[in-house]
Amino acid sequence: MTAPTYDLGKLHGGLRLPGHKTASTAHPIRDVPLPAQLALPITQHVGDPAQPIVAMGDVVLKGQLLAKPEGSLGAPVHAPSSGKVVAIEPWPVSGRYGDKAPCIIIECDGEDRAIDPAKEDQHYLDLAPEALLKKILDGGIVGLGGAVFPTAQKLMQARTGDIDYLILNGVECEPYISCDDMLMRERALSILSGAKVLLHALQIESCYLAVESDKPDALQSLGEALGELDDERIILKQVPTIYPSGGEDQLVQLVTNREVPSGGLPSDVGCLVQNVGTAAAVHDWIENHEPLISRVTTVAGDGIANPMNVRARIGTTIADIVEFTGGYAEQADHLFIGGPLTGKSISTDRVPLVKATNSVLVVLKTSFEGHQLPCIRCGDCASVCPVQLLPQQLYWHACADNEAKLRDFGLTDCIECGCCDLVCPSHIPLTANFRIAKGRIQELADEKARAARARARFEARNARLEQEKADRESELARQKESARRAGPAAIAEILKRKKESEGE
Amino acid sequence: MEFARRESPYWSARVAVPGLMLQVLMALIPAAIAHVWFFGPGFIFNLLVASLFALGGEYLVMHLRKRPPEVALTDYSALVAAALLTFALPSLTPWWVTATGALFAVVVAKHLYGGLGFNVFNPAMAGYVVILVAFPMHLNLWTAPRIGDIDYEYLTVLQTLVFTLTGSLPDALGFDAVSRATPLDVMKSGLTGMRTVAEIRANPIMGDFGGRGWEWIGNFLAIGGFWLLIKKVIRWHIPVAVGAGLLVPATIMYLVDPGSNPSPGFHLFSGATILCAFFIATDPVSGATSPRGRLLFGLGIGFLIYCIRTWGSYADGVAFAVLIMNMAVPAIDLVTRPHIVGHSEKGDSP
Repeated sequence: MTAPTYDLGKLHGGLRLPGHKTASTAHPIRDVPLPAQLALPITQHVGDPAQPIVAMGDVVLKGQLLAKPEGSLGAPVHAPSSGKVVAIEPWPVSGRYGDKAPCIIIECDGEDRAIDPAKEDQHYLDLAPEALLKKILDGGIVGLGGAVFPTAQKLMQARTGDIDYLILNGVECEPYISCDDMLMRERALSILSGAKVLLHALQIESCYLAVESDKPDALQSLGEALGELDDERIILKQVPTIYPSGGEDQLVQLVTNREVPSGGLPSDVGCLVQNVGTAAAVHDWIENHEPLISRVTTVAGDGIANPMNVRARIGTTIADIVEFTGGYAEQADHLFIGGPLTGKSISTDRVPLVKATNSVLVVLKTSFEGHQLPCIRCGDCASVCPVQLLPQQLYWHACADNEAKLRDFGLTDCIECGCCDLVCPSHIPLTANFRIAKGRIQELADEKARAARARARFEARNARLEQEKADRESELARQKESARRAGPAAIAEILKRKKESEGE
Repeated sequence: MEFARRESPYWSARVAVPGLMLQVLMALIPAAIAHVWFFGPGFIFNLLVASLFALGGEYLVMHLRKRPPEVALTDYSALVAAALLTFALPSLTPWWVTATGALFAVVVAKHLYGGLGFNVFNPAMAGYVVILVAFPMHLNLWTAPRIGDIDYEYLTVLQTLVFTLTGSLPDALGFDAVSRATPLDVMKSGLTGMRTVAEIRANPIMGDFGGRGWEWIGNFLAIGGFWLLIKKVIRWHIPVAVGAGLLVPATIMYLVDPGSNPSPGFHLFSGATILCAFFIATDPVSGATSPRGRLLFGLGIGFLIYCIRTWGSYADGVAFAVLIMNMAVPAIDLVTRPHIVGHSEKGDSP
């Protein structure tokens, strides 16, 4: 058993929130049975949509590649089970408000036949880092903390700079969510094994495994696994239970006391953060040849009859998952994908579980109360902001739609954690306002870029027309000149030839 | 199954503005009882008049602004302004004086600037200063504290009520008979008259630190203030800074020349120092918002109180100090903007 260490950097603000996690951590992770149908969005990651390489009617096997990444950033999608592709069509997904997006629909045959794993496998330690990264890319692995950035590309990007630390994020700070906690309790060795793969891919020698103090069972289990593994490169760090210490930049600051620059990445300060679930997925792919086709998710909230953590195939609908856990409680009124603070409100449970779905939260109508009053400048929002913004000032400028001021006051640095909302005595929906303001700023920037492109096009066209006109004039002048030099006889000859051709 | 949609975060704060205001009012109750005990029932009449006109004025303005009046009336901020104004007034104050202050506080200082959250000046102090300018003599009608052996003719409840309603005293009594100088007035005029602090403090209205009776009100205000701190309705920065801004210069001057400078204890327990530190300067709307800003804001108020008491022509300077620092708030907020995480300390933007 290896004891955790506690030396930590400073994090501004944050909140101690009620965890609401005991209900869902009371049972071990349960497996959701294979549903009749799976819906697989081709975009389950940051970047360009994957390109389907199967067609309607194709029979696919578990683990078979369905869509391959396109463009510079993306991840492949694999078949979570065996069956037949019955459609490739828009299907409700868990984007904000459950819009529709292209999905590959598979009718499962229930046999769950797996594709044969590739034979030429060398052990990963014998692979060069680049080859290992290429292999990780093929596993369809993305960040499972919810941000779903393609893991291989994150590693590749990080390798272009100097990385000192791999930080494994076991800080599941948002209330209700406990899937990482359960994973750490049940699969500590897999997580550590994944960490070793990542260390090899990065060619570095230190890894911090950060876990919150409110997860004693996970700390115990990881400590035991570390003792068993006896790998001195991996250090277990216990961090205080303060929301949002699990945010990527916040965790870097907490663990290493390094401040990720505005608009930059943790790799700018020598850190690379991966979720513990991602590490386990890397282990499953590299050691067991299973691509990312399932994940653990927390089903919780007052609107759920039996809160618990389940492992389900990617593509299983939320309705199937909730039904497996025992259905909704009465008066279930709101469905969130993700936690209560950063989750997305969804209008239908027909959406599939995707790689990003760390939690399904269902709450009752009575959870929302209180009406909005004007800001009284109490400043509590600023004191809890982990980025040290002044939400009250930002809100003021957001209402005035003052883009310059919004930028000046750091709107783009807002991580949308929702802490300011939670302390606002005037019940102002600050985070929602900031989200809208960010969207507007983005729109303005897009519009500017479009206008710049249009102007460039217009100027290029004018220049082209000018050039053509100049070319025509110089050609005419050249012809005139050559005719003049040839003399009247040649002109008469030309005219005569012209007349003849007209006569025909 | 279909679901209603909502923006996250779906949790909202447990605290609410009306609750905060009610807690401020509750924190004032012990001091209010002490005030009635020492200075008579006039406080209650003044409080009723101030509340009535503050709420009435607010209802009227909200109606004129075509906003729902009940929203403003039920946030209790007008009642807080009325209560703070009442604490600043002598217990013998005719109703029209109190009404003028309350109406100015709510209608002009608060709503003409945009209502709750938008007022630049502390409404109660703005109302008080208007009274100070418009009815200066009425602010001298402080009765003597009902304590010990002070030779004084106390008014009955009925006489006080008659005075509040009509502004006239019982036939046998003139203004001089019922009004007593406040400890700060006594100190100021005594020092101007070239007497030593020790001599001045021999006056029977002087207590252990400040004035008799006044000290007790100060104690109860401090208890209420600490309760607000514990309840996190207010933060420590402003009370501490107001205290430091006033007491540091007072202590230095007292140590240099105790004969002509009253002790820091006298400053602390006299006038509206404690009321200001915990209840007036801590008004979030008209104060600075960041912790550093609040320290500056409070230090400024404390120091200005000291300056006005020592070198100004008014005995107490709380209202002016607060209003002057209210004006400085935008500048303070500008220079105390916290460093955004991820930006270099020099404060560049991307």
